[in-house]
Amino acid sequence: MSLASAGRPSVLALSALAVLAALLLAIALAVGIGEMPISPLTTLQAVTNRIGLTEVPLKRIEEAVIWDYRLSRALVAALCGAGLALSGAILQSLLRNPLAEPYVLGISAGASTGAVMVMLLGFGAGTFSLSVGAFGGALAAFLFVVLLAGNRQTADRTILAGVAASQLFNALTSWIVSTSANAEQARSVMFWLLGSFSGVRWPDAALAAVVLAAGLLVCLAHARALDAFTFGEDAARALGIDVRRVRVVLLVTTALMTATMVSMVGAIGFVGLVIPHAARFLVGPGHARLLPATALTGALFMVLADIVSRLIIAPQILPIGVVTALVGVPFFSVILYRARAAS
Amino acid sequence: MTIETHGLGWSAGRKTIFQGVSLRIMAGETFGLLGPNGSGKSSLLRVIAGLRPASAGRVALDGEDLSRQPARHIARKVAVVDQHATTETAITVNEVVRLGRTPHHGLLSPWTAADDRIVAAAMERADVAHLKDRPWQILSGGERQRAQLARALAQQPTHLILDEPTNHLDIQHQIEILDLVSTLPVTSVIALHDLNLAARFCDRIGVLQAGRLVACGPPAEVLTEALIASVFGTAAQVAPSPHHGRPHVQYLMPEA
Repeated sequence: MSLASAGRPSVLALSALAVLAALLLAIALAVGIGEMPISPLTTLQAVTNRIGLTEVPLKRIEEAVIWDYRLSRALVAALCGAGLALSGAILQSLLRNPLAEPYVLGISAGASTGAVMVMLLGFGAGTFSLSVGAFGGALAAFLFVVLLAGNRQTADRTILAGVAASQLFNALTSWIVSTSANAEQARSVMFWLLGSFSGVRWPDAALAAVVLAAGLLVCLAHARALDAFTFGEDAARALGIDVRRVRVVLLVTTALMTATMVSMVGAIGFVGLVIPHAARFLVGPGHARLLPATALTGALFMVLADIVSRLIIAPQILPIGVVTALVGVPFFSVILYRARAAS
Repeated sequence: MTIETHGLGWSAGRKTIFQGVSLRIMAGETFGLLGPNGSGKSSLLRVIAGLRPASAGRVALDGEDLSRQPARHIARKVAVVDQHATTETAITVNEVVRLGRTPHHGLLSPWTAADDRIVAAAMERADVAHLKDRPWQILSGGERQRAQLARALAQQPTHLILDEPTNHLDIQHQIEILDLVSTLPVTSVIALHDLNLAARFCDRIGVLQAGRLVACGPPAEVLTEALIASVFGTAAQVAPSPHHGRPHVQYLMPEA
């Protein structure tokens, strides 16, 4: 049983506020880390100054570092965490598979291939065209998985198809990199593939915010339909759900969110796997609560992971994908172990 | 509240599962579907419920062609209880029964106190109110079946399609569920294995054998010794029950 089914709505609202406060604090901490440490208070003052609430005199260089580099980075981390976790929650519910998430199903690998094609084969590499390339790659990978898993999309077959998709698209990415990139490009692409928030700026944050907001709205509008999938597609259809339409709308939304996030920060695994399970434990399986809880928790997790990635071998930065994998793989093992115990 | 099928057939790939099924089920009738394993009962129920498109023929609900109606429109009239409902989600009985209100809500329409009352009443009728906070994973087979029936009742259907609803149930709950369903003001189609329960609770019975409807009528006309021998391959004696007057089947098993 979830904690929520015992609690009252006011308890839930308080918890949501607490997580939101933790997220804001984590963002303030993330902004403070770097060669020039900045206190969370200074960050807060910089923000309130900018929106006209205060006029606290701050050092110009600190304000520049906060606005030009670190705040956009922390916000992109939060938005990507929310988007990837939300995508994982949707995939787990639609495919009725506790291991489904964009990375495991190869959708992130497909998005990487699409983005790398845009980057190296040169179709103009702005944030937007990268996202379009990544979206194409994500959809291609998803179609590959659906076709390979066939009509009987059992949990095992879908995951196996995802493994094949990951291999195929990672191979394609490597092929493109080794035939088209010079040494420096290859190095930067490989670093980006492991996940990196360095280099993201305000246009990225704006695009991620728009895509996440739209994605969250679409998913929330389908919360009841997702609940109806609890006992499978036939049961959903018997409850009056237009199964085909809901699947297409939500899978395209998932591919779009994943592609946007991957095109900015690389393929970061396991956020989409771990966070929905944690959120389900906190608020229960009903999607009207689960989806916002997943987004919020995913945002907090990713900002914390970014902080860890910069502190653990400072002054160097560990790729963010390494940190999420270090948390995600043990979690993946626990789910597998529990599934084996249950059967 | 009628259900009609005309020359109904369904194939999975090249394999014909059933064909040429024409039925007319009257408003308020409790119709039993009998037949050996693999005779096509579950598939026929799915096509009648609109979950699979017919390969041949058509289904009409209250005279309207089923294939022309949107899923939500059908789900407000027809509720389905499947024989194997499974999930890995830790959903509670209350949450399962609430799913029954899905077809009555649009994208943004709010949950109301009336919904709560309907859900509570459905749980009472299916005898799962005391289990309402229990998660699905720790329910027994019978409790799951009753939770699904409560969900179907929460749909407030005019037609009820039940695929072996007495599976996993102890005899007391088998009788209670069939008694409940047969007294509800709905038209119901029930796939059953137990010939005696079918004889007692169904107004009429249809018998499927290898995908074809081989008999259809009141229990006393359909459940004959000859039919039981030819369809189920079992020798039996059939006589009117002294308790309810309907046929009672006694299987002639080899002596122990």
